[in-house]
Amino acid sequence: MNALKRKFVKGNEAVAMAAIEAGVQCYFGYPITPQSDIPEYLSRELPKAGGTFIQVESEIGAINMVLGASACGVRAMTSSSGPGISLKQEGISYMAGSELPGVIVDIMRSGPGLGGIDASQADYHQATKGGGHGGYRIIVLAPNSGQEMYDLTMLAFDLSDQYRMPAMVLADSVLGQMKESIVPHPRPKADLPAKEWAVRGTGGGQQHVVKSLYLGDGEMEKFHWKMHARYQELADKESRWEAFATDDAELIVTAFGCTSRIARTAVEMARAEGIKVGLMRPITLFPFPKKAYAELSTRCKRWLTMELSTGQMVDDVRLSVARDAEVEFYGRPPGAGSLPTPEELFSQIKKFC
Amino acid sequence: MKQVFSKPVSLKDVQTHFCPGCHHGSIHRLVAEAMDSFGIADKTIGCASVGCSVFLYGYFNIDVVESPHGRAPAVATGVKRARPDRIVFTYQGDGDLAAIGTSEIIHAANRGEKITVIFVNNTTYGMTGGQMAPTTMPGQKTSTSPNGRDVANDGKPFKMAELLSNLDGVAYSARVALNSPKNVLQAKKIIKNAFQYQVEGKGFAFIEALAACPTNWGMNPLAANERVGSEMIPYFPLGVFKNNENL
Repeated sequence: MNALKRKFVKGNEAVAMAAIEAGVQCYFGYPITPQSDIPEYLSRELPKAGGTFIQVESEIGAINMVLGASACGVRAMTSSSGPGISLKQEGISYMAGSELPGVIVDIMRSGPGLGGIDASQADYHQATKGGGHGGYRIIVLAPNSGQEMYDLTMLAFDLSDQYRMPAMVLADSVLGQMKESIVPHPRPKADLPAKEWAVRGTGGGQQHVVKSLYLGDGEMEKFHWKMHARYQELADKESRWEAFATDDAELIVTAFGCTSRIARTAVEMARAEGIKVGLMRPITLFPFPKKAYAELSTRCKRWLTMELSTGQMVDDVRLSVARDAEVEFYGRPPGAGSLPTPEELFSQIKKFC
Repeated sequence: MKQVFSKPVSLKDVQTHFCPGCHHGSIHRLVAEAMDSFGIADKTIGCASVGCSVFLYGYFNIDVVESPHGRAPAVATGVKRARPDRIVFTYQGDGDLAAIGTSEIIHAANRGEKITVIFVNNTTYGMTGGQMAPTTMPGQKTSTSPNGRDVANDGKPFKMAELLSNLDGVAYSARVALNSPKNVLQAKKIIKNAFQYQVEGKGFAFIEALAACPTNWGMNPLAANERVGSEMIPYFPLGVFKNNENL
């Protein structure tokens, strides 16, 4: 790949390109709209890069292959959308319980059930609160552009390896299908710990076991507190966000993913009319950048959360802002024809100013 | 004094948690002997499943990945594709492989993954307390078939070794039993063959081992051992169903 050449690609292709650049060795997936460009691209390009591509019999099989490959210490990933991500939750829980890295890409479509293929942000809770059983969290990154589909996929691999937990890139069908110009830069250097825990065959030395079963007195509890501390460390070191025009803002709009792009235009429309509005966009949804919200809300007391759902991230916004801050919500539940226009969001801004 | 018999070096020197008369210990030993015969324990990765067989890492001197219930063939696929130069095997019970994991085993076999699968068929869910398994015999009473397995309601037991032998991706498929010295010796040879297929890179090898579960069958070890011969083998015949060295 010519690293510095600009490319005009779908967001899904940007994800796949980034995965190869990040050194993914194994991809296991299953077709589902609107993410199928990812397995299509990787079926073509990953073997050329020396990696393994398998189109698996199910999403369940795919995530368990990721578990197996990751247990060996190689970079492994899968991708899907709503219904498929639901099937993967069992494996994600086992990976979390086994402290295994691995990247999962969710190109959200509407639901519940079969839903539809339009953009959605209604998998926010599933992604950020531990979508499977047992009480765990995974890293969740929310791109809002083709470039970030590339950058955050690469970052997902690094964070996942560093913190030994699965990482999810949470995007949607707009970001997956939209073509944008990106610069597919080389993988940035990262100082990552050696995977000494991986299974390789003992080589006559110490036995390595990758497992999530803890039966001894106090073992499971100890595991939970260890992970709790790791989540806290993650929040302290890795919270990421983008604040736009928030310095003098009297109202801060907050949105992630594709909604943040529409909201940005609406905020610019408001600014052009002299309305003091800013935009706060979380880039890490887990860890949610709580401190940044808390700090901004010591000064700005009016907030407006916008989502393609009836309200999920708004819960985290409300838990993060200062107690005397007011948090309003404007949502468009996902489905055909429900993507809001900039004018629509601008009218909501005016309503709350 | 000349030593004529010893414990396989692939096994740890510990007591197992298995019940008296359970055949898991014998199967563990035969798998370890097969590993010893090729000297491969230090480059073997085992994929443990859910149930009595989950404690693989407690008994074998090998690296082990724990798999979710039924998913060991998918986990093993991930392991083998990531490390093609390692020996990879799964060790699964009947509920694990032939019920919740049917999809994973069929597709791993059909892809011809170069792994070895040890399938322990004791006609019941052992660890959860003797519920009806996909291999429970017609009429067999279990804690979830109190009146005996009713084939009109539940269908007949799966014959996995025969079923898998029909897939082109399968190089070797056989059924063994551990209920007599003769059958143990035969099982030893067949399990060794199954690992040899992988050592030589020939393809997917499947071993179904008929096993006694005295505790959940409500029998003493001797009676349970006899049941393997009197009831199981007539329904689940022993033998090699597929031996395709040309794969």
